[in-house]
Amino acid sequence: MTQRDLAIIGAGPAGMAAAAQAAAFGLSVTLLDEQPRPGGQIYRDVDRAAGLRGEVLGADYAHGTTLTSALRQSGVEHISGAVVWAIEDGFRLSYTRAGRAAQLTAGRILLATGALERPMPLPGWTLPGVMTAGAGQILLKQSGVLARRAVLVGSGPLLYLIAAQMVRAGTPPAAMVETQSLSDMTRAARHLTGALRGWRYMIKGLKMLAEIRRAGVPRYTGATGIAIEGADRAEAVRFTSRGRAQRLACDTVFLHHGVVPNTQAARSLDVAHIWNSAQACFVPQLDAWGESSVQDVYIAGDGGGIGGAKAAEVAGRLAALQIAQQSGQLPASNRDAQAAPLRRALAHELAARPFLDAAYPPCAEALAPADSTVICRCEEVTAGDIRGYAKLGCTGPNQTKAFGRAGMGPCQGRYCGLTVTALLSAAHGQPPDTTGHYRIRPPLKPVTLGELAAMEDAGQDAAE
Amino acid sequence: MNPASPFLETEDAPRVDVSFDGASLSLPDGANLAAALLAVGVEVFRHTPVSGAPRAPFCMMGACFDCLVEVDGVTRQACMMEVSEGLVLTRPQAGEAWE
Ligand SMILES: Cc1cc2nc3c(=O)[nH]c(=O)nc-3n(C[C@H](O)[C@@H](O)[C@H](O)COP(=O)(O)OP(=O)(O)OC[C@H]3O[C@@H](n4cnc5c(N)ncnc54)[C@H](O)[C@@H]3O)c2cc1C
Ligand code: FES
Repeated sequence: MTQRDLAIIGAGPAGMAAAAQAAAFGLSVTLLDEQPRPGGQIYRDVDRAAGLRGEVLGADYAHGTTLTSALRQSGVEHISGAVVWAIEDGFRLSYTRAGRAAQLTAGRILLATGALERPMPLPGWTLPGVMTAGAGQILLKQSGVLARRAVLVGSGPLLYLIAAQMVRAGTPPAAMVETQSLSDMTRAARHLTGALRGWRYMIKGLKMLAEIRRAGVPRYTGATGIAIEGADRAEAVRFTSRGRAQRLACDTVFLHHGVVPNTQAARSLDVAHIWNSAQACFVPQLDAWGESSVQDVYIAGDGGGIGGAKAAEVAGRLAALQIAQQSGQLPASNRDAQAAPLRRALAHELAARPFLDAAYPPCAEALAPADSTVICRCEEVTAGDIRGYAKLGCTGPNQTKAFGRAGMGPCQGRYCGLTVTALLSAAHGQPPDTTGHYRIRPPLKPVTLGELAAMEDAGQDAAE
Repeated sequence: MNPASPFLETEDAPRVDVSFDGASLSLPDGANLAAALLAVGVEVFRHTPVSGAPRAPFCMMGACFDCLVEVDGVTRQACMMEVSEGLVLTRPQAGEAWE
C-alpha cells in the first residue's frame, strides 16, 4: 500500500494550493478528488473551459489555471476520479476509482472538501427542473449547457454571479426572485466600513448588478410565500413581492441561499464542530493553521468555514506551511515569516464577509419550512414529520433516523442535516450546538460489493 | 441541439450513441453524462423509492444522488460520469434505488 507524508482530499483552490506548497517543501503528497479534472467547484474544468468560455466566466475563473499548472509542475500525485469513502485512524484512506476500491496510507491528512449549497426546502423543490444555482453554473462551466427559460430564486453574491454569467452567455434568466429584504440591507450597513477594505468584491458585486439590470432581467425582492408549481416537472414559481402575488412560468428554477461547509469527511473523523450563527451553519473547530481537534487532521478552504475561493487558496498554503514544519521540513521561524503575508491576504479576503453574511441571510422560510414541505430528498421526510418526532421525544438528529429514516438515504444527510438540526432546535427551544448534527459513519458515499471485490483482487495481486 | 429541451447546448463535440431506457440517444463523446442527458431533453432520470416521485439532477456535484441511473445493473451518479460509446443506461425503478 502506498505510504505518503500527506494525503489531501479535494482538488479545489484549497487542496491544489496546499498540495503544490507541501510538495515544494519535499513532502510526498497524494491529492485525491472525485472529479475527473482539477479545479473544485469554482474552477471546475478550468483548463478546458477557460479557453472556451473565459469571456462568459470572467477573469476570476481563469485565475484557476495558475493553480492547475502549479499542481502539474509540483510532482504531486493527483488521483482524479477518486471518491474517498472512508478515512480510518492512522491514516488509512479508502477510495473508489473506475469501479475499483483502493487504499493508501498517509501520516497527515488535509481535508479540502469545499462547500455544498445550503438546502433550500420549499414546496416543489424536488421536482425535475429545479436545481441548485451552483448546478446551473456547473452545467455552463463544464458542459456549455444553458437553461433557456430559468428563474433564479434566493439571495446572495453567487446568485448574481450566475445571473451575470447567463447574461454574458446570451441566455439571461427570465427573472430573479430575491428573498433578502430592505431591513437586511440596513442591518448589513453597519459592516460597510469593514466591507470597504474588501472593496474589490463590492465593486464586482455592483458591476454584476448593473449587467443584470442592463439585460432587462426583472428582479423581485423581499419575496415570501415561494412555491414551485408543476405536476411532473417545474412549470412556474409563485411568490409574493411588495404585497403583490406573482406567478412566473419557467422551465428551470435555480435555487440558492448561500453555501455551507461540506463537513462529511471531518464528521466521520469525529472532528469537533461548532455553530457559526453569522453563517447559520456548523464549522469545524480549527486553529490558525487549520489543524482540527483531531491530531494530524487539517482542514482548509470552504470546508473549514465559508470564505470564498481566494481565501481557500491562502488557507491551503497556511496549512501546508504548518504541515511542513511539523514534518521537520521547515523551521518554525521560516514558517512564520512565510505565513505573515498570507495572513494579511486572508484578512483582506475575509473583510467583506460580515457585510455579505448580513445583507444576504438565508431565506427564513427555507430555514423553517412549512409542515408539508419535503426536507429529506432521499427518504421524502417532511418538516412536519420532524416536528412530530420532536413531540414524541426525539431530541437529536441521530434519533430522527430511527423515527423516520431522515438522513438515511444515499446522500447521507448532506441536504437535510442542517434543516433537521434547525427544526429540532426550534421545537425544543435549544441552541444548534446542543441539538448537534448527524453522526457520519463510513462509507461517506455508497460503495458497491463489486468495487470492494475488485479491491481484494488487487490486494492479492500485490501479495503474489 | 434539441428544440424541445429546456436547455441549450453551446458546444459541438463528436457524438456517440447510447441507450437510455431503451431509447437511442446521440450524445457528445466525453461530455458529463447528466448534462448531456438534460441537453437532449431527458427530463426524468429516476423515480424515488418512497413515493415514486420523478427526479432529475439537482446538485451536479455528486452530493444529492437525484441523478441516479443504472449502468450494466450498477446504480451510478450520472453527474459524476462521462459519456462513452455504447453506454446502456436504464432508469432505476421505484423501489430499486441505491441502498
Ligand atoms: C456548486 C458550487 C459552485 C460555486 N461557484 C462559485 C463561484 O463561481 N465563485 C465563487 O467565488 N465561489 C463559488 N462557490 C463557493 C466555493 O465553495 C468556492 O469558494 C471554492 O470552490 C472553495 O474552494 P475549496 O478548495 O474549499 O473547495 P472546492 O472548490 O469545493 O473543492 C472541493 C473538492 O473536493 C472534492 N471532494 C469532496 N468530497 C470528496 C470525497 N469524499 N472524495 C473525493 N473528492 C471529494 C470535490 O469534488 C471538489 O472538487 C461555489 C460553491 C458551490 C458548492
Ligand atoms: S445531480 Fe446531485 S448527485 Fe448528481
